Amino acid sequence: MELYLYVALFAPLVGSLYAALFSASPKSKHVGIVASGLLFTSFVSSAILLSYVMSGHIVHVEMMTWMATGDLYIPFGFVVDQVSVVMMMVVTIVSTVVHIYSIGYMDHDKGFNRFFSWLSAFVFSMMVLVMSDNFAGLFIGWEGVGLCSWGLIGFWYHKESATWAANEAFIMNRIADLGMLIGIFLLYWNTGSLQYDVVFAEIGNLPLVVTTWIGIFLFIGAMGKSAQFPLHTWLADAMEGPTPVSALIHAATMVTAGVYLVVRANPIYDLIPNVGLFIASLGAFVALFAASMALVNRDMKRIIAYSTLSQLGYMFVAAGLGAYWVALFHLMAHAFFKALLFLGAGNVMHAMHDELDPFKMGGLRKVMKGTFVMMTLASVALAGIYPFAGFFSKDLILEVGFVEHHYVIYTVLLLTAGLTAFYSFRLVALIFHGEERYKLFGIHPHEAYKFMLVAMSPLLVLAMIAGAFKMTYYQLVISVLPDTQYHVHSEMTYWIMTIGTQLFVIAAIVYAYKKYSNWNSVPDGTSAMENSFGYKLLSNQYYIPKFYEEVFSKPYLELSRIAWKQIDLKIVDATVDGIANVIYKTGENTRDIQNGNLSTMLRWMVVGLVVLITLALAFTVGYNAVGA
Amino acid sequence: MFEAIAFYLFAALTITMFTITVMTSQALYAITAMAAGMIFISAFFFILGADFLGAIQIIVYTGAVMALYAFGMMFFDTTRDVVEKRTNPQIVFVLGVLAAVMVVAIFVAPIVSNNIQALYPIQEGVGNSQAVGMVLFTKYLVPFELAAVMLLVAMIGGIVLAGKKMDKSLTLMKEEEIGLMDDTFEPKAGGH
Amino acid sequence: MEVTLNHYLVLSTILFAIGLVGVMRRKNLLMLFFATEILLNATNIAFAAISHYIGDLSGQMFAFFIIAIAASEVAIGLGLLIVWFKRTGKIDLDQMNSMRG
Repeated sequence: MELYLYVALFAPLVGSLYAALFSASPKSKHVGIVASGLLFTSFVSSAILLSYVMSGHIVHVEMMTWMATGDLYIPFGFVVDQVSVVMMMVVTIVSTVVHIYSIGYMDHDKGFNRFFSWLSAFVFSMMVLVMSDNFAGLFIGWEGVGLCSWGLIGFWYHKESATWAANEAFIMNRIADLGMLIGIFLLYWNTGSLQYDVVFAEIGNLPLVVTTWIGIFLFIGAMGKSAQFPLHTWLADAMEGPTPVSALIHAATMVTAGVYLVVRANPIYDLIPNVGLFIASLGAFVALFAASMALVNRDMKRIIAYSTLSQLGYMFVAAGLGAYWVALFHLMAHAFFKALLFLGAGNVMHAMHDELDPFKMGGLRKVMKGTFVMMTLASVALAGIYPFAGFFSKDLILEVGFVEHHYVIYTVLLLTAGLTAFYSFRLVALIFHGEERYKLFGIHPHEAYKFMLVAMSPLLVLAMIAGAFKMTYYQLVISVLPDTQYHVHSEMTYWIMTIGTQLFVIAAIVYAYKKYSNWNSVPDGTSAMENSFGYKLLSNQYYIPKFYEEVFSKPYLELSRIAWKQIDLKIVDATVDGIANVIYKTGENTRDIQNGNLSTMLRWMVVGLVVLITLALAFTVGYNAVGA
Repeated sequence: MFEAIAFYLFAALTITMFTITVMTSQALYAITAMAAGMIFISAFFFILGADFLGAIQIIVYTGAVMALYAFGMMFFDTTRDVVEKRTNPQIVFVLGVLAAVMVVAIFVAPIVSNNIQALYPIQEGVGNSQAVGMVLFTKYLVPFELAAVMLLVAMIGGIVLAGKKMDKSLTLMKEEEIGLMDDTFEPKAGGH
Repeated sequence: MEVTLNHYLVLSTILFAIGLVGVMRRKNLLMLFFATEILLNATNIAFAAISHYIGDLSGQMFAFFIIAIAASEVAIGLGLLIVWFKRTGKIDLDQMNSMRG
């Protein structure tokens, strides 16, 4: 089994290195095929490991020693247990699909080979993240995915907006990673180890204050990676990257790493329900907050990005309330349908020549039948209609909120579910129904390559049937995660809740269709609604980016300028230059010594002699004085 | 008492002689004063009981070294005054005196603190030359031999530097070449 | 009115100072050699005096070797001086500036 573990882990790395070999050469299809093939190998290995783990075993290997100094011992250890194998499956499935899809999507791109190098490197980092058996390895993977995300968001580096977004994502994540690092340090400081099993065995013996701080700091790291408020702005901007990247990184895998961290560290969060409640509240807030921004946005990819944000909020609600397996389940289900949605959006973008405004599309279902079906079904799954994946996972979270008597959170999530349905179908309606507004812009859309659609189909299937695996999954993960069943006490309440939610969601869908499926004009910013305060607030993302710009970026820029002009130029540079000048002047003034006149040299020799003798005398006297 | 008179007398004489050596612009005065100073210094050695050293001083310095200088001066043009450009004589004196004071301080320091012990004490009833010989050929044999080699090297070096055509080896040359060398030989214009 | 070691050391120092002054003010190379001889002799006196007052022959040995060194120095130095004089016709220190940096 160890062999499969190593194959699953290192196949993406090999693919990345292979692609990197050709990164400077022009597009060559074999790079994509080899990378995808290796990813598929990794997927197969993960599947074998899954079947092995399902039979009740755990694979735990220690590849080699990484750091061993004094009491610190950190190995490169990897563990495949019930939790990490689920993550591995999600990561490898989605990334295999995305890799194959990218062969078509990046077909005309000059950086084809480079793209695959980054993408496979990302998958490798993600695998390290989920498979590590200690916090240090997790952190390495954590930083690795951050780096690859930076490279992929800024993949089209000639676009300034892309590099800006890449840097924003990277810097925001650094802020959060500092928190995470502090958390890890605290863990090591207090438990003397970073191995999961040791740490979790020790954690109960720590004072509650310490545990609380550890939980908070680790969650700060999770907030950055999973783009929770207030570190959420980077996720929407990260849509500057190629769409497959958005599908893989900013929907399915990397952004869920925060949830994974909280799930993984569940023994810690179990001890601190107050922090858990905070996480849940924040998650609920983000769910609503992001959904509201998605309502009015006019950028297809950003809408999906906000939706991702919103769904991450759901996951944190579940994780915060202690329903770790529910959070992980929603993570899994969400990965499938959200990646599908993104890839569908990628097809649409391709067809529309990188046009992102859904108001400029419309009626595309005639030319893009496959994409239309897939995106509709993915949206249905996202909205949580029975029997699609979203129903099982999302409604479960609502139930958790209800059963745990957090009715405010429950209400917020219910409302968000309606909003989710609304904005998802607003998007679908605007893109695929109604008049063909794109004709105004002289675009001739076409369906994507067939193999791309075929590549997407596994995700479609999973988005539809993932709910069926709920019990299997549950049986699997409860051996690691706390086994908490969430049953509404009375049968009656349960059915009212479920049917009520379904009806509410369907109503939202119908409303969205009604409002948008016959849309016939492109908004130009003059309508009454677009000028209302609410609309402006939402479309400007609650003015938070602007707020950050004013409160953080500009003062920071000003501070940097002061540091540059005042400190660097006037103090640091002046000091350095001053030293250089002193030496230079000394040289200038003492070059007379080297005038070649032997007599002068003799004189200097005597001066040197006097100086040396004086020193010798001074030291002797000093030494005797001290000795006496 | 006699010792003190002798010391002061010779001290005054030596200082005078050396001052003349350093200060005069006449090369001939300088070398003469120098030779006299050397002789006077040997007097100190006799006063101090270092008879052998005194003898050496007279023989080597006044005999050999001064003779060499005399030859050297004959080689150079010494009839005219030695014209020298002087710059900042004050600095010269200040530096000289300063260095001297320092040296005294260094020399005196260990003696004042009385922490020196005789390694090779002067034995009673043995003459100075005999004692020197005993130490020189036992404890200082290696330096002595090295000094001998050094003198030899210096001698050869002096001959090679000052001699003519010393870069050619007669023993390694053929007869014709030596004959050819004689033909091309012509005395240097500057030589005396 | 006893003559002590310090008397000799002071004398030695005076002579040394004279030699140093000579070294520094002389521009004629031959004269420079004279000054160095003075320096060597000054130290010789110090050595001999210390040897006498401490009752150790080492000082005399050093003086002895110094004389040997002085003799070698004269031989080599004069040889070089003659070569230089043959080349340039001058033995003035100020004109020897081929080491100008």
